[in-house]
Amino acid sequence: MNMVFKFSKSLKFDWLIIPYSAVFLFFFIVPVTLVVIVSFWDYTEYSIIPDFIFLNYIEIFEDCFNLEKDLCVTLKTYWSTLVYCFLTWIFTILIGFTIAYFLAFHVSSLSLQIVLFLICTIPFWTSNVIRMISWIPLLGRNGLINQILISSGLVSEPQEWLMYSGFSVVLAFVHLYTLFMIVPIFNSMIKIDKSLIEAASDSGANRWQTLWQVIIPLSKPGIVIGSIFVITIVMGDFITIGIMGGQQIASVGKIINVQMNYLQFPAAAANAVILIFTTLLIIWGMTKMIDIRKEL
Amino acid sequence: MILAYVLLFIRLVLKNRKGISMKKSIEDVSKKKNVKKVSRRKFVKLTAAAAGVAAGSNLITGFPAVHASGQITLRYLSTAVNQHPGIAKKARDVLGINVQYIPVTTDEVTKRIITQPNSFDIVDSEYFSLKKLMPTGNLVGIDAKRIKEMNNIVTAFTKGEVNGKKIGDQGTAPKKVLYLKGANSTEFSSTPTDHVTLIPTVYNADTLGIRPDLIKRPINSWTELLNPEFKGKASILNIPSIGIMDAAMVVEAMGEYKYPDKGNMTKKEIDLTMKILTEAKKAGQFRAFWSDFNESVNLMASGEVVIQSMWAPAITAVKSKGIPCVYQPLKEGYRAWAAGFGLPSTLKGKKLDAAYEFINWFLSGWAGAYLNRQGYYSAVLPTAKKYMEAYEWAYWMEGKPATQDIKSPSGALLAKTGETRDGGSYNDRMGAVKCWNAVMDENKYMVRSWNKFIAA
Repeated sequence: MNMVFKFSKSLKFDWLIIPYSAVFLFFFIVPVTLVVIVSFWDYTEYSIIPDFIFLNYIEIFEDCFNLEKDLCVTLKTYWSTLVYCFLTWIFTILIGFTIAYFLAFHVSSLSLQIVLFLICTIPFWTSNVIRMISWIPLLGRNGLINQILISSGLVSEPQEWLMYSGFSVVLAFVHLYTLFMIVPIFNSMIKIDKSLIEAASDSGANRWQTLWQVIIPLSKPGIVIGSIFVITIVMGDFITIGIMGGQQIASVGKIINVQMNYLQFPAAAANAVILIFTTLLIIWGMTKMIDIRKEL
Repeated sequence: MILAYVLLFIRLVLKNRKGISMKKSIEDVSKKKNVKKVSRRKFVKLTAAAAGVAAGSNLITGFPAVHASGQITLRYLSTAVNQHPGIAKKARDVLGINVQYIPVTTDEVTKRIITQPNSFDIVDSEYFSLKKLMPTGNLVGIDAKRIKEMNNIVTAFTKGEVNGKKIGDQGTAPKKVLYLKGANSTEFSSTPTDHVTLIPTVYNADTLGIRPDLIKRPINSWTELLNPEFKGKASILNIPSIGIMDAAMVVEAMGEYKYPDKGNMTKKEIDLTMKILTEAKKAGQFRAFWSDFNESVNLMASGEVVIQSMWAPAITAVKSKGIPCVYQPLKEGYRAWAAGFGLPSTLKGKKLDAAYEFINWFLSGWAGAYLNRQGYYSAVLPTAKKYMEAYEWAYWMEGKPATQDIKSPSGALLAKTGETRDGGSYNDRMGAVKCWNAVMDENKYMVRSWNKFIAA
């Protein structure tokens, strides 16, 4: 609202917001509104019926308030999705920050930066499904790692937790999404005035102190933007969790996917609304920590 | 998206360069500007080249959509498993009809018919979806009088019999949903009429697939799927409506419960079935679940799984890698499925005639022989027989040992001389069908229970 107001004060920029607003309206506001509306509709096997009922939401939280039973499906699913989200987030920050730091401060030649960056995109050179199926020969029961472990005498039985487990899910996520962390952090880092770093070392700061007190605070916007990318992608993912988790690990995305396949659009819409709400809550929390708009 | 990222990065780096160059001394400015220009020009060239490649590839993929004038195109919607390039090519040669395949998943076929009924001209759908499809009125009754081989369609469809004997009809058996009360009716008729919902294309009897080299003992019952001996080495398919049927076969084989109709369970029966499955899952029985045909092939071929629910072409795919794999016949019988051609109610004129022409050709033998050679069964057996060699017919349909090497339509070796088909003859396999893929009345509840099971 604030931004719109600011723009309208200087007439010169008025028309510039139109294309963006149109894209935002047609590809975000309208679809999300439709999802919210449909989430209150009724449905049968073959049709959806305009209505205003809360049944779709009630069914999601059914059993959740019954404390004698185990945790209900919805909470369990959200819990496991959040755990994977958190682990992926931590690892992508650690790895992404390190790589971005290296690219920004240790590589000075432009062509080498581009070459190294292209190497970072290798995980995206094949299709998602093929990429994930390719993990089997590496991590599987008869895979390369197990063969090495057994032949070196470290273990006597094949290690089954390497594949179709929480481990393999997080591994695949980190492999895929670290790039989304690298780019915004790199962006923040190259904006850092080199004289600040010189000033830090002139004032007697060692490398760690420079890192903690100069580079990390100034890279925060990049870290937050990267985190938003990673968190929103992981929260909605169902293909990676499905394939790498052997489809034995529930995810919110998978529940929505199954309901869509069975034409239960209103139920899927209700789940999607809750998912959007949860994700927005996380992002809201992050933007509370740092004001991205100001930092950009 | 990734391309955008690469471009963003290059832009950032260039910007960075510019920043550095600005800091350099003033007398260098003109020279630096030159450098900047060059790198920018290079950058523009690069992006233009990338855009060119993208446009080029679009042209290539878009090409088959351009047809010779006058030739009729039929957009053929079905799962990829049913779409054989060989059949489309032959149809073009024989009929001059251009068959354009639209490959999607089983659930997506149903979704498309309901939500986008104008996006195809002919559909190859599973019979069990019909309960969802017909009430929409998006499919029309096919005029039986225009189908030449209508009277020769196998009795498994028309009467629910194989070789004169009744077969299992639990679930959505084709005979229950084959006929409509009228051409535009949305109600099924229990007696034969001239209005057919789907003209059968392929069908088969499904069972468990096993790796005999890793199991090393005979398997003969569905109970083995949950046998703790195969802990961490079993799999079941993650398509709820089919997975629960396999689970029900196991529960019944274990003697836990006898279902009045496995294809139409009550809430209590769903709870019982899912409870047994959940316990097995928590005990670590399953290595993984699969929902895509290729996943089941990978699980089996890599040895991650030694026993699992499987489809016939997946067995063939594992075997063609030289890995032993058996489509194990079990004493409790098979779970069957069937697919057939349906026509959208909006199809008219030349296209409608072409669709009938294509269906009649499909039943006339060449396509049937093609399907039979892949381990499926075709709808009209006598015509298919004419297009198969005697030794092929004996192996695939009569369960006799192969007198020559058996090859798939693409030429891959499927069985060596002397081998017999898993499960034996057509009459043995289709005669032992116990239930059919189905949509239950309690489908909503079933899907929710299945999601609970996955989360457990």
